[in-house]
Amino acid sequence: MQFFVLAVTLVVLTGIGFFFGRSHALSSVSGRARNLHSLPDYYGWYLALWCGLPSFGLFLLWVLAEPYLIDVLVINQMSAVLPDKWAGSSDLILNLVQSLAAGHTVPGEATPALQEAADHYNALKKTSFAGLAAAMASLVAAGLAWGLRQITPGLRARNQVEKVLRWLLVASATIAVLTTIGIILSLLFETIRFFQLTPFWDFLFGLSWSPQTSIRTDQVGSSGEFGAIPLFTGTLLVTFIAMAVAVPIGLMSAIYMADYASPKIRNIAKPMLEVLAGIPTVVYGFFAALTVGPFLRDVGMATGLEVSSESALAAGGVMGIMIIPFISSLSDDIIAAVPQSLRDGSLALGATRSETVRSVVLPAALPGVISACLLGVSRAIGETMIVVMAAGLAAKLTANPLESVTTVTVQIVTLLVGDQEFDSAKTLAAFALGLVLFAVTLVLNLVALRVVQKFREQYD
Amino acid sequence: MGKQETNVVDVRTPRVSIAIPQGEKGDNGQAGAAKEKPLKMRTQGVNVFYGDNQALSEIDLDIRENEVTALIGPSGCGKSTYLRCLNRMNDTIEGCQVEGTVTLDGENIYDRTVDVVHLRARIGMVFQKPNPFPKSIYDNVAYGPRIHGLVSSQDALNEIVMTSLTKAGLLDEVRNRLHEPGTGLSGGQQQRLCIARAIAVNPEVILMDEPCSALDPIATARIEELIDELRKNYTIIIVTHNMQQAARVSQRTAFFHLGVLVEFGDTERVFTSPRDERTQGYITGRFG
Ligand SMILES: Nc1ncnc2c1ncn2[C@@H]1O[C@H](COP(=O)(O)OP(=O)(O)OP(=O)(O)O)[C@@H](O)[C@H]1O
Ligand SMILES: [Mg+2]
Repeated sequence: MQFFVLAVTLVVLTGIGFFFGRSHALSSVSGRARNLHSLPDYYGWYLALWCGLPSFGLFLLWVLAEPYLIDVLVINQMSAVLPDKWAGSSDLILNLVQSLAAGHTVPGEATPALQEAADHYNALKKTSFAGLAAAMASLVAAGLAWGLRQITPGLRARNQVEKVLRWLLVASATIAVLTTIGIILSLLFETIRFFQLTPFWDFLFGLSWSPQTSIRTDQVGSSGEFGAIPLFTGTLLVTFIAMAVAVPIGLMSAIYMADYASPKIRNIAKPMLEVLAGIPTVVYGFFAALTVGPFLRDVGMATGLEVSSESALAAGGVMGIMIIPFISSLSDDIIAAVPQSLRDGSLALGATRSETVRSVVLPAALPGVISACLLGVSRAIGETMIVVMAAGLAAKLTANPLESVTTVTVQIVTLLVGDQEFDSAKTLAAFALGLVLFAVTLVLNLVALRVVQKFREQYD
Repeated sequence: MGKQETNVVDVRTPRVSIAIPQGEKGDNGQAGAAKEKPLKMRTQGVNVFYGDNQALSEIDLDIRENEVTALIGPSGCGKSTYLRCLNRMNDTIEGCQVEGTVTLDGENIYDRTVDVVHLRARIGMVFQKPNPFPKSIYDNVAYGPRIHGLVSSQDALNEIVMTSLTKAGLLDEVRNRLHEPGTGLSGGQQQRLCIARAIAVNPEVILMDEPCSALDPIATARIEELIDELRKNYTIIIVTHNMQQAARVSQRTAFFHLGVLVEFGDTERVFTSPRDERTQGYITGRFG
């Protein structure tokens, strides 16, 4: 709350700085904006940046460093008064102090020493905030004064603002890249920890997956088996079914839209197909679980086939429907990018439309179409909601689409749902699976993008 | 279908061995009639509309066998539109409507009984910009014969490909790279490949829409030679913006202006003593 007030104040001050800078620049040339080096607004931005940026930087630093500093101070102060039994458990103490300070009751432990520490904690927080506010205010003032002195008609405000903008953009891009790297690294480290508990080859080539581990050592229970092959085959099976649905339908509708449909129909049909892409996957999920699954089971019963109510077929089929717009929309763009002159050339030789599509348009668009399909595959592999709801949980090693199977994503979900010990093999297995998933989709996407690029070059 | 095959085969058999007897044909049929060649195509009262815009009005034009007919005129006057009427490529354009009659050997090609696919096999087309398929040189030429089932054996197909490339004057340059992509050829070679591709189906008429506009003078000269050569076996209609080219390669010239056919006659006559002042203006303007 306090921070919010601080932030709003800063924004308002920056805004004031903008107008101040603008009018100052204008008055320095007695209103004739042509005599300024840059447009008046740039002087406004210039001053606003001087006002806002330094204290914003301070604010960020403070937010990052403050909790740590306060903790250290509190612990130092307490270590003198605390009984020995607390020694070494500073995290626990800090937790207690913080909840006391926030006004929560702490069961049985509210000793005077703790209470005192809590008060100390609150006092420190207050001081720190006051200090922050004062420091920011003076930075704003200093920035304002400095910026105003800089503003002269000859100041290249536009170039300066441009420079700052550039660095802001660089900073944003860096944050994006760093977060990605951070996520990958954490995946990697947790995976390494997992492989210290479970041998790498057992994971990658083991045929049996039953991740139940005992939480306490005195519990009876299995020690867990982490052979991921059933998950891989399950994922493959569902993906295969999904692609068997999505590729033919998506491709043919793309061909229809690009080569057969009149512009009028295309303008209606394309957005309609793309609406499919906007449906949340959870909706597909219950569609698969509540409608398609039972329907398939009924059909199976009527025809004497044994279909489990959660089947790879139901999940894969619905997932295929989900991926149709993805493939059709991409392929449509790619097919439409095949030059009309090639079609004309073929038609003028007396080829029919479908011969033209088959022998000229599709071969020309093939690389692009393949990469559209690869992108579709990587979506299918990563898709979670539909399979969680409709494919089942049993890690069966089967190629029968009528049985229930489980996938990598489903297992990640079930491994992490509920209370978990963070460093058990069971939890860490999720990271290993996540890493595999990441690696596979990354490779697929890279290949697909590369192919699309090649294709673009061919016609540019 | 049966008709189509006999037709194509009939026409081809003499053509493969025809190279010399061409002069003889002209002597035979037309000796008396002031060397008038027989009529190949005729358009009568052709109007073309793109939506509500009329692009051509009341075009009457006779095209004679084994002649090169040049279509000239300022940009946007409807030359390409007229050319596309002749093989019904306008059918593929949304909102384009053609009225009037266009006959090929006396048969109206806009008649409901006419099979467009068959028609386009009889009337080949070469486009302004070379548009080889992204296939090998061989497959480019073999494309037409394959889709029309003109050949039953690989040898026969090879033969057609070779003769077509020879007639298009390209064989010597590509003999060793028949299985490399056609898109890897130079612009002029690509255009000759497109001509070879059109010839391979054994059309009776070849339509060319500014076939040299993307080419340098040397490649242009080659294609002009080629057109002159092809005239012996085919009827050719060519659109060009180049007056010298029209004068060099054609026997007849049609001048279009704003969607109407202003003047049509022997090339020599049209260029030396145009009857319409618009024609004269256009031609002299270009000559400078
Ligand atoms: N696909 C089309 N849709 C609508 N109008 C068209 C279309 N193609 C041509 N037109 C119009 O028809 C008229 C004749 O065009 P056409 O392409 O036949 O001219 P052209 O004589 O070939 O010109 P150029 O020498 O520039 O190639 C023009 O006014 C043009 O705008
Ligand atoms: Mg044209």
